[in-house]
Amino acid sequence: MIFSKKKNPVDLTFSFITGIASVSVILITAGILYVLFKESSLSIERFGFFKFLTLVDWDPVKESFGAAAALYGTLITTVLALIIAIPVAVGIAIYVTEVAPNFLKGPVGIAIELLAAIPSIIYGMWGLFTLSPIMAKYIEPFLQRTVGKLPLVGILFEGTPLGIDFLTASMILGIMIIPFTASISRDAFNLTPAVVKESAYAVGATKWEVVKDIVLPYSKLGVFGGVAISLGRALGETMAVAFVLGNNNQITTSLFGAAATVTVKLANEFTEADKDIYLSSLYYLALLLFVMSFIVLAIAKFLLLKAERRYSR
Amino acid sequence: MKNVISLVLAIAVILSFTVAGAEETLNGAGATFPYPVYSAWAYDYHKTTGVKLNYQSIGSGGGIRQIVNRTVDFGGSDNVLTPQDLNKDNLLQFPAVMGGVVPVVNIPGVKEGELRLDSEAVCKIFLGDIKQWNDKKIKDLNPKINLPDKEITVVHRSDGSGTTAIYTHYLSGACAAWKDKVGYGTSVKWPVGIGGKGNEGVANYVKRTPNSIGYVEFAYAKQNKLAHTLLKNPAGNFVEPSFDTFEDAAATADFDAKNHFATWLTNAPGKNSWPIAGATFILLAKEKKDSNVKTVKFFDWAFKNGDAKAKELIYIPMPKSLKDKIRAYWKANGIY
Repeated sequence: MIFSKKKNPVDLTFSFITGIASVSVILITAGILYVLFKESSLSIERFGFFKFLTLVDWDPVKESFGAAAALYGTLITTVLALIIAIPVAVGIAIYVTEVAPNFLKGPVGIAIELLAAIPSIIYGMWGLFTLSPIMAKYIEPFLQRTVGKLPLVGILFEGTPLGIDFLTASMILGIMIIPFTASISRDAFNLTPAVVKESAYAVGATKWEVVKDIVLPYSKLGVFGGVAISLGRALGETMAVAFVLGNNNQITTSLFGAAATVTVKLANEFTEADKDIYLSSLYYLALLLFVMSFIVLAIAKFLLLKAERRYSR
Repeated sequence: MKNVISLVLAIAVILSFTVAGAEETLNGAGATFPYPVYSAWAYDYHKTTGVKLNYQSIGSGGGIRQIVNRTVDFGGSDNVLTPQDLNKDNLLQFPAVMGGVVPVVNIPGVKEGELRLDSEAVCKIFLGDIKQWNDKKIKDLNPKINLPDKEITVVHRSDGSGTTAIYTHYLSGACAAWKDKVGYGTSVKWPVGIGGKGNEGVANYVKRTPNSIGYVEFAYAKQNKLAHTLLKNPAGNFVEPSFDTFEDAAATADFDAKNHFATWLTNAPGKNSWPIAGATFILLAKEKKDSNVKTVKFFDWAFKNGDAKAKELIYIPMPKSLKDKIRAYWKANGIY
């Protein structure tokens, strides 16, 4: 095609330039992967894959590094954030598409997108100075007095409530990813064919029934894709949680326990990592996160694609 | 014609910029701790001499790496490099300015500078061996204070930091248990406590958590009006953190030009020495004589004219005896 004789030079140049632009993205990604791999080779050699993955210890003085605690922290904060964010986000999306009067749809939609534009460091500072004291003073002691007394779930609320823990970090993270999930869910809901909805209303279905039986089943996959994209975002989020998670390298069952995530560890320790093996282990962590995020986003893309195909039919 | 004139003017403007850009610039990178004072000095130095100093506060680890790779004129580091390390990478090292680290507490009813601790007590608190404020050990040191029967919350830094290096070095020197179990470094494996990001994080957590103890740079303790403790120094006296006690630590510390001043300022032997002080160091590439002369000129100027500015920013200037030692070190290496 590029070499077909009918193409004029402008078209040729155009396709050449855009081609370079798209190839460069792939090259840059591959380059990042290569650098991460190369820089972490020292640590890979020393600790191997499974040992690094399962070792909880992170001791720069004795040069013993493992990723288990950081990966555990990353997974827990992300899952908790999703638990907090999904109901709210889906609620927002349903309200905007189905319930809200027309004059409100615009402003609410814009407000959600503005929330997405706030830089994460702002969330972080807000978490440190505003949310964390409130959590430590009111919410966490309250939880400890009430649900903390119950058997079984009690272990989730152990320890002194300090506001520097899984719960606070996940709250911030949850608030941060709400706009992503909400706006993708909204788009998915909007893809529901109007004819089907109107037919449901025509046979006497209530709004709730339309949402429950028509809109949600139709847009399941789209919502799931939105969730997966938020998941990728939450996995890599750094500054919003760096201030309120404590960077304690431990595996704890309590929601009031301080912990570390991969990115928090990197942000906190990269600048002062003075030994080669220390720096290399940080790169190794970054590599694991890169691979993890890549897989999650690939799954998200796949599901979205599947959903789109179904609706465009 | 008009176009030609504006073109000429534009070129002239661009040229004048490039001429201005060609003025002498010194590039440094490293420790974040001394950044405010270096940039304050650089501002005044530029005004008097026209030489620009560009210091990027990327952290001690980065500073060391940059000077080892010779990408900057000088590196800044809070870490003390050993003579072996310096020789391996063909580097020179000298201290530029000092700071102190101060334990701060938030115990309801205990006032600033009231609580007395010795190194054993501090050590046991940070190891988690002493768990309550009314522990016998602390009570014996403070018979007059009514200490609460409350659990101690330890606050430490969550990020890698020279402050942590100095503090943990103090603990390592002060008690064997700490040295065995934890050791010292820019970040360590803390036995207990929660982590705050940066001095501001630790200050914030200590301020709002009752019955907590943390450690921050002297400047932060002062600015945030946190209650510092008194510490018992190796000479056996309880000392207050102040410019005088920090300077005393520097004056009595065993700085030796022969090993490139590779000395920690912790547990200094002086009668009035504050036990947790630290110098921040400048690293030079030995073979780069020309740029070293320029860098040394800047620090010589700062040693002569920068003390007031440093104190204003709550850094501790070097005592005169040490400055003279450093100048002799420069001379011996042919860069002064």
